[in-house]
Amino acid sequence: MSKSVTKEPLMHIVKRDALPNWHSWAIRIAAIVASLLVCALIIIFFTGENPLNIYITMIKGAVGSTRRVWSLMQNVAVLLCVSLAVTPAFRMKFWNLGAEGQVLIGGLATTACMILLGSKLPPYILIPMIFVVSMIAGAVWALIPSVFKAIWNTNETLFTLMMNYIAIQIVSYFAYVWSVPKGSGTIGVINEPTKAGWLPDLFGQKYLINIVIVAVLTVVIYIYLKYSKHGYEISVVGESENTAKYIGINVKKVIIRTVLLSGALCGLTGVLLVSGTDHTLTKDTAAGRGFTAVMVSWLAKFNPLYMILTSFLIVFLQKGAIEIATVFGLNDSFSDIITGIIIFFIIGSEFFINYKVKFRNGKGESK
Amino acid sequence: MSSIPAIELKGITKVFGHIVANKDVDLVVMRGEILSILGENGSGKTTLMNMLAGIYYPDEGHIFIDGKEVNISSPKDALDLKIGMIHQHFKLVDVFNAVENIVLGITDGKYDIKASKKKIKETCEKYGFEIDLEKKIYEMSVSEKQTVEIVKALYKGADILILDEPTAVLTPQETQKLFNVLRKMREDGKSIIIITHKLHEVLEISDRVSVLRKGEYIGTINTAEADEATLTEMMVGAKISLDIERSEPQNSVDRLIVKGVDLYSKEGVQVLHDISFTAKSGEILGIAGISGSGQRELLEAIAGLQKISGGEILYNNPKTNAQEDLKDKTPMQIRNLGVRLSFVPEDRLGMGLVGNMDIIDNMMLRSYKKGKSVFLERKKPKELANKIIDDLQVVTPDAKTPVRKLSGGNVQKVLVGREIASSPTVLMAAYPVRGLDINSSYTIYNLLNEQKEKGVAVIFVGEDLDVLIELCDRILVICGGAVTGIVDGRTAKKEEIGLLMTKGHGGEAK
Repeated sequence: MSKSVTKEPLMHIVKRDALPNWHSWAIRIAAIVASLLVCALIIIFFTGENPLNIYITMIKGAVGSTRRVWSLMQNVAVLLCVSLAVTPAFRMKFWNLGAEGQVLIGGLATTACMILLGSKLPPYILIPMIFVVSMIAGAVWALIPSVFKAIWNTNETLFTLMMNYIAIQIVSYFAYVWSVPKGSGTIGVINEPTKAGWLPDLFGQKYLINIVIVAVLTVVIYIYLKYSKHGYEISVVGESENTAKYIGINVKKVIIRTVLLSGALCGLTGVLLVSGTDHTLTKDTAAGRGFTAVMVSWLAKFNPLYMILTSFLIVFLQKGAIEIATVFGLNDSFSDIITGIIIFFIIGSEFFINYKVKFRNGKGESK
Repeated sequence: MSSIPAIELKGITKVFGHIVANKDVDLVVMRGEILSILGENGSGKTTLMNMLAGIYYPDEGHIFIDGKEVNISSPKDALDLKIGMIHQHFKLVDVFNAVENIVLGITDGKYDIKASKKKIKETCEKYGFEIDLEKKIYEMSVSEKQTVEIVKALYKGADILILDEPTAVLTPQETQKLFNVLRKMREDGKSIIIITHKLHEVLEISDRVSVLRKGEYIGTINTAEADEATLTEMMVGAKISLDIERSEPQNSVDRLIVKGVDLYSKEGVQVLHDISFTAKSGEILGIAGISGSGQRELLEAIAGLQKISGGEILYNNPKTNAQEDLKDKTPMQIRNLGVRLSFVPEDRLGMGLVGNMDIIDNMMLRSYKKGKSVFLERKKPKELANKIIDDLQVVTPDAKTPVRKLSGGNVQKVLVGREIASSPTVLMAAYPVRGLDINSSYTIYNLLNEQKEKGVAVIFVGEDLDVLIELCDRILVICGGAVTGIVDGRTAKKEEIGLLMTKGHGGEAK
């Protein structure tokens, strides 16, 4: 009955030995080049445009002028800030998908301070107060699912996700309550004449303070995770709850403390968005960054320093793609396709860093 | 017996990353014979067999079944070639009964459970399996589950049976039963490959023995011409004395007193029944029992990881002469009482260590909290890591290597080294030599003996009765979560302990 199976399969997958750093980076860069080639084919096929022109437009769109460079940096800073926020929780394997909502609630607290207290408090009290109140708001929003997780072991992924929708509805409600003019449903620019509660310009640059705050935060979070006792506890809990218990770490306390930090930093992002950039609040203020941050953090393997690179890459691609869409009269979906292909290749390259493919004749090896 | 071998492996090589698991291995198995594959841990026995079972695919080499070259790229291919493997970790559906598990995955279009049951019964009677076919897997003992696995393989038509360390989880009596069944299968013309560490079992059951060492094929000899000494030499390359030294306990005092401890699992099942014993300083107290009889829960209860529902756990502090009650205390509270309790848990990488962290960071697990600074102090842990690597000859590129990359023996050395470094007064070790090769095992025995001589109360949970009898001063035997006896390690007989392990207990866990 034995089936004749003498043919060796075409290929099989073999786990790699740990690669030297330069080799894995070479694979990543090769992946980006390959993705650009694939995109080029698609561009020629669907639009007939010269792909080189498209790529040049993309780069111009992202860094083509001083204003665009600042805007790029500002967007990188905000995305990086959300990514830094979710990272401590992620390292603990607490999958906080609620950053979007936590940012919005932080932003809502900022808006409330600006509208309700803007004319009553001097800036040196108002601004610190905005930071404190918004961070507390974000932290509280994150605290709810974390308490349920710590005590009843509920699924934090669904819980945090659902909290987003609640946050969006609350923001919509207040956007109506505070709308200018009444009933329009949009808040408009808050305190435009007095600029009360706006983050100040630094050296005449209106976004610089955001960038500086996030740059400092990146270093602080890096040190916190790598060199502090808290960071160590986060890693132990994330790797193995049993080990944490065995060693006497209070796991519930660490979960709640870390998620509070995560929520507070999301709240801080809300400040940067509302008080530092938009000076208004809509339900789209977070603009999906709470989800994009998940990707930024994963791609960087939860290392805050690598996140500078990954968040830059994502924002660069987004900005460039929007530019292509406008310049060549292509619709938005086309830029999404290009961004999607590039990110697919980057994530896919991780497979080739961990595994190699062996072909039938023995010695063959891909990438 | 035909002259064409049932299985012939030629030049099989399998590489994982930089680790060569099998290098140019040849192997021959005839019809109607039992072949033992003997080798230390990490010698590539299981990897080799997994290639026959279709789980791994060889990087190089050829496999012949009945003289014909074949290519096994999936477990289904293996099944088509009538090869069945019984893995160390059973692959059964807990909520199904025996019959349902046995017919699972057979895709001949029919699903006639009654007919299948009849056929299974015939198989069982033919080979002498004793099994209740209606019993659900989760209600079964380890030995029953193993029987289901073997019947499953036979039912699917396996002529070649591979058993990966089948006796590791069995009592001596159950092992004998298994061997009787295997002998019947041999008479029936089946080929049986049995992977094992245990020399006396090799000598008892097999016709021939093939030995692997560090992934390489060393040779095959007829069991009739072999003895323990020659096999050990083939296995480890040099002669190793099998004696474990044992000194007389000095100035023993009662250190840890466990009185009438009851414990219920999360599911409400009583796991420990009225357990009482005393661990004395300067002696090794062995705990014998079939795995899953409550050993883990007992140690975790002492360490403050599980709540007990009744009884007392008392500790006599040698410094203050005070008696501390450890009941209802967390591990941190126990440590803060000044109780120097070290614990080498059964699950090394899942509990004792963090696999993805390097050796230095794993050293810090016990000590990172010391000091007021919010930052970590890595200098002392680093010194400790390097000291353990030197003293215990841990094979590792450096102290910054993640422990999951180390081999089982080296992982255990790191864990035991750390636990001993905090100079404990009570040292609990659960299966500290499980999966370790002979050399590493002796390193661990010596470390335990050293601790004993320093006056530490050592509690050693073991599975190999020979080792327990040679190493321990006293042996506590538990069965179904209750103490069935405490025997003297110097005078106890293996059979006596084996009987106590299976004695059963009125309130056995349901």
